[in-house]
Amino acid sequence: MIRIETLTFSYPGAEFTLNVPDFRIEPQEKVAVIGPSGSGKTTLLNLVAGILVPQQGRVLCADTEVSALDDPARRAFRISNIGFVFQDFELLDYLNVLDNIIHPYRISSALQLNVDVRTRASELARQMDIGDKLRRRVDHLSQGEKQRVAICRALLPQPDLVLADEATGNLDPRNKGQILGLLFDSVAAHGATLLAVTHDHELLPHFDRVVDFNDFRSDAP
Amino acid sequence: MDSLYLAWRYLAFNKLRTATLVICVTLIAILPLALQVLLAESERQLLARAGSTPLLLGARGSALDLAMNALYFADETPELISMAADEAIATSGLAMPIPLYVRFQARRFPIVGTTLDYFGFRGLRIAQGRQLALLGECVIGADVAERLGIGVGDSLLSSPEALFDLAGVYPLKMQVVGVLARAHSADDRAVFVDLKTAWVVQGLVHGHEDVTRGEDSSVIIDRTQDNVVASARLVEYTEITADNIDSFHFHGSPDSYPLSAMIVVPNDDKAGTLLRGRYLGSEPPYQLAVPKTVIEGLLATIFRIKEVLDAVILIVAVATVLALVLVFALSLRLRQREIQTVFHIGGSRSTIARLLAAEIVIILLAAALLCALGITVMQPFSDELVRVLFIA
Repeated sequence: MIRIETLTFSYPGAEFTLNVPDFRIEPQEKVAVIGPSGSGKTTLLNLVAGILVPQQGRVLCADTEVSALDDPARRAFRISNIGFVFQDFELLDYLNVLDNIIHPYRISSALQLNVDVRTRASELARQMDIGDKLRRRVDHLSQGEKQRVAICRALLPQPDLVLADEATGNLDPRNKGQILGLLFDSVAAHGATLLAVTHDHELLPHFDRVVDFNDFRSDAP
Repeated sequence: MDSLYLAWRYLAFNKLRTATLVICVTLIAILPLALQVLLAESERQLLARAGSTPLLLGARGSALDLAMNALYFADETPELISMAADEAIATSGLAMPIPLYVRFQARRFPIVGTTLDYFGFRGLRIAQGRQLALLGECVIGADVAERLGIGVGDSLLSSPEALFDLAGVYPLKMQVVGVLARAHSADDRAVFVDLKTAWVVQGLVHGHEDVTRGEDSSVIIDRTQDNVVASARLVEYTEITADNIDSFHFHGSPDSYPLSAMIVVPNDDKAGTLLRGRYLGSEPPYQLAVPKTVIEGLLATIFRIKEVLDAVILIVAVATVLALVLVFALSLRLRQREIQTVFHIGGSRSTIARLLAAEIVIILLAAALLCALGITVMQPFSDELVRVLFIA
């Protein structure tokens, strides 16, 4: 599903350089990425999603070389194929819970918003225990509830690839297991691949494989 | 459609900012529109009245003051002329004179002293009651009746010219004997009386107990065979009734009694031209003005001022539009996080452009609606506004 070939990326003016050796993630595989803060875990997810473009190397997703696409094509690919749970949720304060969940459908002609989608969004929200808050504004939600909304938004289009950046970081231990279970179930139900960044080592046994970023990072001289 | 929905949600969330933008756009749009409506209405009103009045006779001086007073009963009274002028026109055999004496007010409405010819000339119809017949009676316009809540059988007091002048003329209590049908003109806002009643209001014609009989010697200062001098104790009547109407009398020659203007209705075009010729030059103490020409001159001035105003409004509009562009540009910076979210999810630049365009469309639509509402609300009052702005 994902193939990374000798990837090198650095932010302009920064001393940090991310070097990722060749590695593959198979379809339907659930992979956890761990590593210390600032090691480039989020950057890797952004590279896979095509939000960032590597200086060297290639990123392939489902046989599409994402890193070679131009900006509009990368956006189109992302909205059609990737569900992304951002670390800081990236929800829109002026929309309510339901509107945030179906937001990708409102901004892309590739996704068709219809009654089925709305029903599915409501069901997904119910499964995430926010079914009674669909009309509530997201700036009135707790951090945990916002995280659930972000997960719902990522899962609703039933993408082939789900990228999750600390998807359970703001949840209490009881909810953490429940939400992770739902995330895994949803990913498995649609035969999607999961690449998740986490700091929580208790969750690692739930993944098929763990990638440790301590091995990738190098600092520029 | 989704762009419109998202834009609507954003604008609804940022109510204060949205309201400010809508108000700015509305004000910029409504100012020239309202001005246009008012000017169109003023042009219609002024020209309609002026066009139906062939000639105006008045004292030399401002033809505009003369026309505004005689046609629209404006507060500004022109130099007065005397009834002798009326006689001169009547004896010329060239035209019908309709004298006007517009100087006093009753509860802020002008009292128009005239003759019955005026009603026929203007095509005014009595809706309730009857026409003027006796001294001290008045017929009121439809607006006067409506706003003061009075009708036939009620009475109306004239307003004293100088409130603290104890030696001055006391208000006259006038009986309302008729209410005119609405004419959609200045006549709706006037209190019509017979010329003599207007002179009673001024104190030129008055009534009091008969001092020649000498029933109360305390009011007599001096008495000769030809003359009786009464003191200030002599009470003048402030209401004309059946009992005292006979005591009202003129002092001096009625020919010297004042008029503010005279409508002159020539028998034909030739008569009109002849009359105008008689009043040309510097010798005659009067002017014979063509109201339509006078009002067209006024309108030309108003429209010249409007052109200046339009230019000022245009400059303000350009400045406001630039400010709005700046607001949008700055809001784009403030909304970087939101825009990044759209990009991160996979939205395109055109998505953002559509969202912004939708916001602008909604703001413009809201402003257009407010404008339309404002103009619609203003329209029924435009008649009154024109009077306040251009006539009163």
